[in-house]
Amino acid sequence: MSKMKALVCRECGKEYPTKAIHVCEMCFGPLEVKYNYEEIKKNVSRKKIEDGPHSMWRYLDLLPVEGTNFVGPHAGFTPLVRANNLGAYLGLDELYIKNDTVNHPTLSFKDRVVAVALTRARELGFETVACASTGNLANSVSAHAAAANLHCYVFIPGDLEAAKVLGNLIYKPHVVEVEGNYDDVNRLCSEIAGEHGWAFVNINIRPYYAEGSKTLAFETVEQLGWKTPDQVVIPMASGSLLTKIWKGLHEMKALGLIDEVRTKINGAQAEGCSPISTAFKAGRDFFKPVKPKTIAKSLAIGNPADGYYALKATAESHGSMDMVTDEEVVDGIKLLAQTEGIFAETAGGVTIGVLKKLVKQGVIKKDEVTVAYITGNGLKTQEAVIDSVGRPVRIQPSLVDFQKTFKMGKNGGGDA
Amino acid sequence: MTSLRFHIRFPEDKIKEPIVYQIGHEFKVVTNVRRADVRETTGWMDLELTGDTAEIERAVDGLRKKGVAVDPIELNVVE
Repeated sequence: MSKMKALVCRECGKEYPTKAIHVCEMCFGPLEVKYNYEEIKKNVSRKKIEDGPHSMWRYLDLLPVEGTNFVGPHAGFTPLVRANNLGAYLGLDELYIKNDTVNHPTLSFKDRVVAVALTRARELGFETVACASTGNLANSVSAHAAAANLHCYVFIPGDLEAAKVLGNLIYKPHVVEVEGNYDDVNRLCSEIAGEHGWAFVNINIRPYYAEGSKTLAFETVEQLGWKTPDQVVIPMASGSLLTKIWKGLHEMKALGLIDEVRTKINGAQAEGCSPISTAFKAGRDFFKPVKPKTIAKSLAIGNPADGYYALKATAESHGSMDMVTDEEVVDGIKLLAQTEGIFAETAGGVTIGVLKKLVKQGVIKKDEVTVAYITGNGLKTQEAVIDSVGRPVRIQPSLVDFQKTFKMGKNGGGDA
Repeated sequence: MTSLRFHIRFPEDKIKEPIVYQIGHEFKVVTNVRRADVRETTGWMDLELTGDTAEIERAVDGLRKKGVAVDPIELNVVE
């Protein structure tokens, strides 16, 4: 019996075969994968997982693919870093950074979801994959498609920065620059996905794609010694990552891998695009779409597909949400780099900024085991910090000038 | 004939207006509401429009001109 039972509508519960579909024909609700947990339970164990590959595929039993011919075989199983310096700065005894800045191959958590999406797409017989993206997703789809010999189309808005376009072109996909704004690209891609027989990873393959995010929860629990953290802080764009981490924790409990889920889920957004956090803070169960205006471009989704579900998961876990200004985003990036040696992209600055706020508010307490999810590498968004990191100290090529600049005697000591 | 699915959102001052009815009369499209949540201060619908592609485009423009926000059923897909 297959571990995947069906695709199921998250709204009305109607079930569908596990094909490349994403919307319920009955109520237009989104579809997600429903598993045969009883069957999986017979096969899965901590020992089996620990003996598995050093990648997210060690959790194969809980991922929506049928075979083992993986696209992206090295994705995931990134370090869970004990952040003693940052913890001390914030006043937390046990803080961890889940460091997806070093994910393989394109240095963001998207390598997880794309690996699942493209593996499933190939299983379903697709030879062409596509995505609509302004950054990390496009990089990951392009890179994985190149390695898997799949045709690839990447749709981008016409006004995207040159550096981000280059990050895709190097893998030689078809990069399609659409004349128009974000909304125009958005709508066109939805229509193309409906018309062409392609695997659009975050449209018709989305039910599978999104499941890759669960591996962040699985890895966290395993790396903590099969314990759930007390608090997690998760950046939110579509809200999918947050909902899937919540789902992943509950799957581990359902399968007997852990005894209980006692984790509070906290969501982080930038003020310039915070539809979900704003709704949470206002006590609403619905969000109002916004026009994004923030340096945290990887989180700039104004009308998030999983916003409603993220609000629900956070409320169920008795967690919280908050948002930070662009200035606080930059401060967060610098704080993480200067305390833990991890250079995060702007989404990481959002996570650290909100973590700081939640500690200050007393939402996250000193003795709680806390994990902050850092989802992308700072080398991709250098423009965000270029004006706030200072300049090198310039000296003449002489020992005397060096010692004078750093106020050192002949035997060292001193500082600039 | 083409069928396209949209998520439409009404501003607070438009909630009482029979906009979907009007669109069905002003353009040659069949409107089919599949899911909705309309409250005092906000409202949205998941809507199917069936007709010629060009006429659906005109109906979408018509919705926008009436102050309604129109998105694909998937909401934002550019990540």
